[in-house]
Amino acid sequence: MVDIPPPLEIHDLTVSYDRKPVLYGVDIVVETGSLVGVVGPNGAGKSTLIKTIMGIVRPNGGWVKIFGQPYRKAVTRVGYVPQRESVDWDFPVSVMDVVLMGRYGHAGLMRRVSKRDRLIASECLEKVNMQPFAARQIGNLSGGQQQRVFLARALAQESDLYLMDEPFAGVDAATETAIVELLRDLKERGKTLIVVHHDLSSAREYFDKLLLLNMRLVAYGEMEETFTPDLLQKTYGGRLTILSDVAGQAAGRSEFEQEGDPKL
Amino acid sequence: MKVPRISPVFVLLVFFAFPALVHATRIGDVTDLDWSEQTFRFLSLRDAAVRNAVLGSVFMGISCGLFGGYVVARRLALFGDTLSHAVLPGVALGFLWSRTKDPVAIFVGATVAGLLGTVVVAWIRKTTRVKEDSALGLVLSGFYAVGICILTVIQEMEFGNQSGIDKFLFGQAAALSSADVGLMGAVAMGALMMVTLLNKELLVTSFDEGFAGSVGVPVEFMRYVLLVGLTFAVVSSLQAVGVVLVSALLITPAATAYLLTDRMGTLLLLSALFGIAGGLLGSYGSFLGNNLPTGPFMVLACTSFFVVAFFGGPKHGLISKWLRRRNRVRQVSFENTMKAAYQVLESGDFSKESVTVGALADRRRTSVAEARREADDLVKAGFASMVCSDNAGSLYSQDARLSLTPAGWERACQIVRNHRLWELYLTNEACYAADHVHEDAEKIEHVLGEKVVRHLERILKDPRRDPHGSAIPSLEDIERGAGLSTNPSSATGYFRQN
Repeated sequence: MVDIPPPLEIHDLTVSYDRKPVLYGVDIVVETGSLVGVVGPNGAGKSTLIKTIMGIVRPNGGWVKIFGQPYRKAVTRVGYVPQRESVDWDFPVSVMDVVLMGRYGHAGLMRRVSKRDRLIASECLEKVNMQPFAARQIGNLSGGQQQRVFLARALAQESDLYLMDEPFAGVDAATETAIVELLRDLKERGKTLIVVHHDLSSAREYFDKLLLLNMRLVAYGEMEETFTPDLLQKTYGGRLTILSDVAGQAAGRSEFEQEGDPKL
Repeated sequence: MKVPRISPVFVLLVFFAFPALVHATRIGDVTDLDWSEQTFRFLSLRDAAVRNAVLGSVFMGISCGLFGGYVVARRLALFGDTLSHAVLPGVALGFLWSRTKDPVAIFVGATVAGLLGTVVVAWIRKTTRVKEDSALGLVLSGFYAVGICILTVIQEMEFGNQSGIDKFLFGQAAALSSADVGLMGAVAMGALMMVTLLNKELLVTSFDEGFAGSVGVPVEFMRYVLLVGLTFAVVSSLQAVGVVLVSALLITPAATAYLLTDRMGTLLLLSALFGIAGGLLGSYGSFLGNNLPTGPFMVLACTSFFVVAFFGGPKHGLISKWLRRRNRVRQVSFENTMKAAYQVLESGDFSKESVTVGALADRRRTSVAEARREADDLVKAGFASMVCSDNAGSLYSQDARLSLTPAGWERACQIVRNHRLWELYLTNEACYAADHVHEDAEKIEHVLGEKVVRHLERILKDPRRDPHGSAIPSLEDIERGAGLSTNPSSATGYFRQN
C-alpha cells in the first residue's frame, strides 16, 4: 500500500515578527478529513500559523508540507479564507468578481477565466445563499454577507485542504449556522479544515479536533482529549512570559544574523 | 441589483462644458490670431508640433490613466506623488550627462531616480520607526530639492539657456519631439498590454494580496511590475505635464472614474478616457494661450471633470444624492398626510368621506396653512381631491374638505397597515411594551416592502387589531376603497364591518 501524505505536516516551525518570536518550534500532523479548531489567547500566533502555512509569512525555521509537497506545488489544493478586515471593502469589485478570484489558481497565469469557472463561481454563491447579490459592489453588504462571499470564494477553489482565519468573527447568528453547516458538509466530502476560532465555548460543538496554541503548540487531538481544564489552563492561563522574554532578548542580540523580515 | 452605468449624455455634457472654460483662460493673452483660427490650426493637425502634442496627450492619458486606476484603488496616491517628484534629480542628471535634451538619457536617469526613491522609502520604513507617510514625504521633498539645485546649476551653464530643461517643470506638449512621442507611445502600449494580459493578477493582488499569494499569483513580482510601469508612465509624461503636476494625472482621472463606477474594468477605461480628454484639452488650452505651460491646463481640465462627476455623478454624485433624499422626504410627507386623513376618517367611524383641513392640522399638529399646503400637494400628486363646500372659497379656511382618491386611499391603508403590523410585531414577537413601539413604527412604516409585509402577515397570522386596539386595515378595505371611487355617492364605502 502506498503511503498517502497527510494534508498538512508542520515540523519545528519558528516564526517571528520584527524580531519578536510569535511561534516557537511547532510540530503538527493533520490527518485527512479532520475538522480542526485552532484556539488560543490573543497574540498566540493563530493567524501567523495560517499565514505561514500559506507561505504569506516566511518562517525563520522549520518547514511546512501540504500533501507532502511545498506550498508552491500544492497551490490548487488549498483554499483560504482570510480575515474579513484584511481587505478594503470599498474596492471597485462586485461579489461575482471576488468569487471568481477563487478560480484564478486553476485558470493559470495570464489566462482568462472560462465559462466553466463562472459556472462554478455561480454555484458556490448559491451554496452560501448569495446568488441574488452577485452583481453588487462588495461594500454594500453586511458583515455576515461579506463573510459568505469569502466562503464562496474559498469553495470556488475546489480544494482538499481549507484554511480559515476567524470566519465566525462579527457575523450574525444565521450566517454562523450556515458556516457550521458548510464546514460539516465539506468534512463529509472528505475535505480537511483548519479553522481559527476566537470563542472557546462554541468551539466544542463546532469542531471535532482542537489545536491549542500559545506561541507553542499546547496540544492537538480529539475534542475530548484536548478540551480539558488542565490543557485549557495551560493555553489561556498566563502567557509563557519567561520564554517570551528570553526569546525576545536572544532575538535582540542576534538581530543582525536574522535573515529577512517576514513582514511583507 | 442594478449595475450603475454611465449615461452617454453625461459624458457628452462633460466634454461640451469645456470650450467655455478654455476660452476664459485665453482672455488677457496677447496672440496675433483669433481663437477660431487657432482652433482650426489645432484641429487640422497641420503643424508637426500640434500633431506631436495631440499624440503625446493621448499616450499620456492612456498610461497615466491606466496606472492611476491602480494607484487610486490601492490607495497609493501619496506614493504616486512621491515617485513623480523623486524623478527630478534623474532628469537633471540625464540632461547634464547628455548635454542636450536627449530623451533616452533623461528617461534612464529619471527611471533610476524614481526607483531609487521608492527603495529609500522602503528602507526607511523597514529600518526605523518612521512611518510610511513620513518616509514618503521625506523622499519627495529631499529628492525634489536635489533636482531643483542641479537644474539651477544647469541653467547657469553655457548650454543651459536654450536647453528647454525648464519645460520639465510645468510641461510643454508643443515641445515634444517625435522621439519623445515614440517613447510615450511605447509606454502606453506597454500599459495596455499589461492591463489586458495581467488583468486578473493585478485585480487580485490589488484587492487581497494574501489571497493572491495563496492562489499562486507571484505577488512580489506583480508589485514590481506595477512599480516599474508606474515609473515609466510618470517619466514618459514628464515633458507634457511637468514634474510638479504629473501626479495629478495619475490621481485625478482615476479618482473621477472611481466616483462613477463600482467595477475595476470600467474604472480603468474611464480613467484612461478622462486622462486623454484632459491631456487634449490641456494642450489645446496651452496652444490657444500661445504655448503657455501645458501642465496646469491639463490638470485644470482633469480637475473640472472631477468637479462635474462630484456633483453630477449618477450614483455617488452630490446632486443625485440630494435629489434622492428630497424625493424620500417628499414621499414620507405625502404618506404622513394621507395617514392623518385616514385616522381622521377612522375617528369618525368612516361615516364621512372627506376630512376638513382643520382636522388634518389637528392630527398633524401643524398650522392650518401648513395642512392646507400639504393637502394641495396631495391633490397635485393625484392622491386626493378638494371637495366643494360652502366655505371652500377661502384659501386658508379650515373647513375646506379633502377627499382621498382611490390611489390615495390605497396608499393610506397600506401605510396605516404597515404601521400597525409593525407595532404588533414588535410587541408580540420582539417583546416590546405597547407604549414603546409607536416611534419606531413611524419610521418603519415608510420603508416596509411588499415582501416584508407578507412575511409579517404570516408570522402574525393575519391579525385584525394592533396593540392599542385599533383595527388594522385589511386587504379587503384597501380594495373596497378603490372600488368606491366608481360610485362616489356611497358614503358607506370606507366603513369597516368588524
